[in-house]
Amino acid sequence: MCGATEGGLSLDGVDVKKEAIVQGQVLRDGEPVGNAYVRLLDRNGEFTAEVPTSATGHFRFFAGPGSWTLRTLAPKADPVDRLVNAAIGEIAEVAVAI
Amino acid sequence: MSRETALVNADWVAEHLDDDNVVLVEVDEDTTAYDKGHIKGAIKLDWTTDLQDQVRRDFVNKQQFEALLSDRGVATDDTVVLYGGNNNWFAAYAYWYFKLYGHQDVKLLDGGRKKWELDSRELVSDLPKREKTTYTASEQDKSIRAFRDEVLDAIGAQNLVDVRSPDEYAGRLLAPAHLPQEQAQRAGHIPTAANVPWSKAANDDGTFKSDDELRQIYTEAGVDWDKDTIAYCRIGERSSHTWFVLKELLGEENVKNYDGSWTEWGSLVGVPVVLGDEKGEA
Repeated sequence: MCGATEGGLSLDGVDVKKEAIVQGQVLRDGEPVGNAYVRLLDRNGEFTAEVPTSATGHFRFFAGPGSWTLRTLAPKADPVDRLVNAAIGEIAEVAVAI
Repeated sequence: MSRETALVNADWVAEHLDDDNVVLVEVDEDTTAYDKGHIKGAIKLDWTTDLQDQVRRDFVNKQQFEALLSDRGVATDDTVVLYGGNNNWFAAYAYWYFKLYGHQDVKLLDGGRKKWELDSRELVSDLPKREKTTYTASEQDKSIRAFRDEVLDAIGAQNLVDVRSPDEYAGRLLAPAHLPQEQAQRAGHIPTAANVPWSKAANDDGTFKSDDELRQIYTEAGVDWDKDTIAYCRIGERSSHTWFVLKELLGEENVKNYDGSWTEWGSLVGVPVVLGDEKGEA
């Protein structure tokens, strides 16, 4: 399928050794934000994917290796950009505070 | 078509929430999004079960589409307003699908579910009750749907627009980055295709850019406005969004969506494929 599941797909059945995973949680004053949108931008700033956060504020991408930007949009907040490096077989964990 | 007839904004929707002849339809990539809250009165279509044949890789046929909309209480002459998440990605696909079966009055909510949510507008959990109808569809309008042989003939003759991300176009990724990458088919793009990621047409809040901005984006990518155009992506949803931009917003005459897209092309035996960031030769 081509679709974005809230929070990103589960890792059930995914061979994580072959994936460059970027995941994390969006927080406002330490509380999870369940109605945010997280966008993955490539090294040229080009949009690559977007997921809505889960009820617990989580998100996940299966990126390629390299440098990416996470842009988080949420109601009543300015967009927040975070740089992240991804590598095959690793999970890059990012906490986003809005 | 034009922006005035194909798009409505959130204020327009808010004013028509109690209009029985206006049917709001949520179509989301995350098919559970509707269940957690939707615009008042909106019904849901599930793109994986409602809009696809469950055995062959194809759409539901005319009779199945008629049965679906009759059951959901959509009348042939209703105004259908589609919205969804991710910049209306799947809502634009459903828009194309309604047009494929000849629905006359169909519109997109500009910005879709995301802008509605970011603006903190109301979502409800109540399920609407709509009386069943007798919906009549037309035969598929093949002037907006491209098949693989047509795409092969279009190399070097028409505009091909690959609307996937640059990394998918170049073959560095096989799927959008929120999905696992392991796939059977070959990576790359169709020779001569311009890469204009579908998302370039949308602002961060999911609304469409202005006509002038849109025309400039495709012109700079090398789209020849004197030629016919075929758009494709991985499975035909993101390219519906670009089809919407070119055909419905900019009013171009001959624009088709190749719904087979990369999952078909990248699995075909013997067709040409280009790797890397260059368009390649015909």
